[in-house]
Amino acid sequence: MREVYLDNSATTRVCDTALSETMEVMRENYGNPSSGHLKGVQAENTLDLCRKTVAKFINCDSKEIYFTSGGTQSNNIAILGSAAARRHLGNKIITTSIEHSSVLRAMEKLEKQGFKVVYLKPDKYGAISLSKLASEIDKSTILISLMFVNNEIGSFIDISKIKKIIQIKNSPAILHTDAVQAFGKVPVNVKAQGIDMLSMSAHKIHGPKGVGALYVSKGLRIEPILFGGGQESGLIPGTEPMPAIAGFRGAVIELMKNKNSQTRIGEINKYCRRLLAKNNSVRINSPQNAISNILNISVKRIKSETMMNFLSSHGIYVSNGSACSKGKRSHVLTAIGLPDEWIDSSIRISFSRFNTKEDIDYFIKYLNEGINKLIKF
Amino acid sequence: MKEVILIKIGEVVLKGLNKRSFEHKLINDIKNRIESFGSYDVKLSQSTISIKPLSDASSIDDILPSVKKVLGISSLSRAFLCDKNLDDIKQTIVESLGDILGSLQTFKVEAKRSDKKFYMTSPEISKEIGWFILQKFPNLKVNVHNPDITVTVEIRDLGAYIRYGAEKGIGGLPKASSGNAAILISGGIDSPVAAFMMAKRGIKLTAVHFASPPYTSIRAEKKVIELLEKISEFSGYIKLFIVPFTKIQEKIRKVCPEEFFTLIMRRIMMNISEKIALNEGCSALITGESLGQVASQTLEAIVCTDCAVSMPVFRPLIGMDKEEIITISKRIGTYDISIQPFEDCCTVFVPKHPKTKPKKEQVETAESKENWDILIEDALQNLNIVDIKQ
Repeated sequence: MREVYLDNSATTRVCDTALSETMEVMRENYGNPSSGHLKGVQAENTLDLCRKTVAKFINCDSKEIYFTSGGTQSNNIAILGSAAARRHLGNKIITTSIEHSSVLRAMEKLEKQGFKVVYLKPDKYGAISLSKLASEIDKSTILISLMFVNNEIGSFIDISKIKKIIQIKNSPAILHTDAVQAFGKVPVNVKAQGIDMLSMSAHKIHGPKGVGALYVSKGLRIEPILFGGGQESGLIPGTEPMPAIAGFRGAVIELMKNKNSQTRIGEINKYCRRLLAKNNSVRINSPQNAISNILNISVKRIKSETMMNFLSSHGIYVSNGSACSKGKRSHVLTAIGLPDEWIDSSIRISFSRFNTKEDIDYFIKYLNEGINKLIKF
Repeated sequence: MKEVILIKIGEVVLKGLNKRSFEHKLINDIKNRIESFGSYDVKLSQSTISIKPLSDASSIDDILPSVKKVLGISSLSRAFLCDKNLDDIKQTIVESLGDILGSLQTFKVEAKRSDKKFYMTSPEISKEIGWFILQKFPNLKVNVHNPDITVTVEIRDLGAYIRYGAEKGIGGLPKASSGNAAILISGGIDSPVAAFMMAKRGIKLTAVHFASPPYTSIRAEKKVIELLEKISEFSGYIKLFIVPFTKIQEKIRKVCPEEFFTLIMRRIMMNISEKIALNEGCSALITGESLGQVASQTLEAIVCTDCAVSMPVFRPLIGMDKEEIITISKRIGTYDISIQPFEDCCTVFVPKHPKTKPKKEQVETAESKENWDILIEDALQNLNIVDIKQ
């Protein structure tokens, strides 16, 4: 059976360079970067190299990159750590109601500690209004955490304008962005875009699972939330997962080589949208200007889970809502005001550079078959 | 001093002439469970089973969790075995619990003499041992109503046993001592509890699960397997039949009136289960129905589903509240698995307004619009079998 993997926002297939870099570290360069001997120094050199590669990709200094276990850990450390370190400056935090759960749960924790958290609501296209944001920023605001690209519908925020607003408002706020779905897909330039902290994950860009990174602008203080042997400047203690970190670097190297992959994904997205538009039981939930990697749709009166299972039985893998919120109605689709019956029938298709137009034809063929065959609710 | 496990057997004691065969099943169940942990001597005498490690490598701690799951035992305790004379008994008490006795405030001694040839009566033993403990541990006072610790001395044929309290066992009858029956299992909270309760009465279980992909997911099947693995910790091996049910459910949806969807579905499920059960040598079906819990479990609805089969249907939860069922499911460890949110065959195509007081004739008329035999035969030809090992 043919396999068509269209769930690349959940995770991706590891690319060849990531695989070979990982293997090399596991087989040959297996030292502990903290060891004093040559084997340790070699591992440390590799670690430095990985840091440089990731740093270069987002235009920062390698000392500003901290390797983490992935997006969730990056978000937790950035939010909880910076709030703790900036408590003396103010009490207000601004975020949105459509963040990933690793941001929302961390915010709930801060609320319990007495912080005032403001959740900005998106419009029906998933967009966060900059003027609303501006009106919330004040002198007591210490942190703004906004998702670069939304993981369920692919809407994104114009991050580069925010730093200016903060400065005009004369606010001590720093800007964190959860860029897990943006990293490697839209241009990220932390210096030009005025970003103070940025969360990344390797397995969304064809790297291995279990590794990610947090960019923290030089001079910014973060209270550690984990304690141990002092690795990663004390922020993420524990022996570095070198095979995964090396794989992360491999994935970034391949990204840099495949400069036109976003254009290809854009074409595939357009092709898919065009074919979907022919079927009047399909509703497209992603806004017109969403990132081309993510396409959220609803299929009239067919439950998400049923359609996902049906496609899965034909080797086509899509997501029934966000893979992390099994069983619950999506908070993102609810926030953009989608009626319940459309939420219950939503599926997320997410593309990668490995997908082809033939994949889309195959997907559309079975989607249509499902629409004709499956019993409606 | 030897540490052993002392097991009191439950209802089996009350059996008449076939008591032997029940005891035999119970002992075999224990032996099979502990076999892989080392070498142990399992002896039955005077309605009490003692398990004695035969080597230093065979420990009591290793086997205790699995022994606790044996069906048919009313209580179990760790005990210390010694010779039947007072000096040995006293010495064993000091050796086994001396340090703890030294830190408590009150105690009581209970003596039981099932070896009637022993030269002292139970009250005499209690008095003697109690006096000894009082002298040896000046910190202790006697409290017969609410003591910190109860020291029990049992004089049995095989020796003297000293134990400190006992734990309740699962109860019921020995594993697979009452014949075979088939449980209809969905993945919810109720059916695993029903399966456990009948296993506890000595039923050897066969399980039937209905899968309707793509309306139900592979994870729903995984969930049922996990649930049965929990049950099998008590009941032993279970053969699971997964019935492909999609075509039948789609057909019900197409040809039957909506208000009867669930009832007709349940009647067909019972019918298929009965066929599987007969083939597997089962004499009854088991369901997790509880009277009035949902529309398909009203008295009228149960009358309608019951008459779809000729085999007896056991419904051990029929008179229980949801709370009571949940309590048992938490105790046997199935609750956390049951509450995982996956669609199962019972939640697919649920009618908006199901008939709560259906008449048998109405359902039969609605059902007769279609010849189900071909679809049922097709499902039976494509059963998926999973072995659930203890």
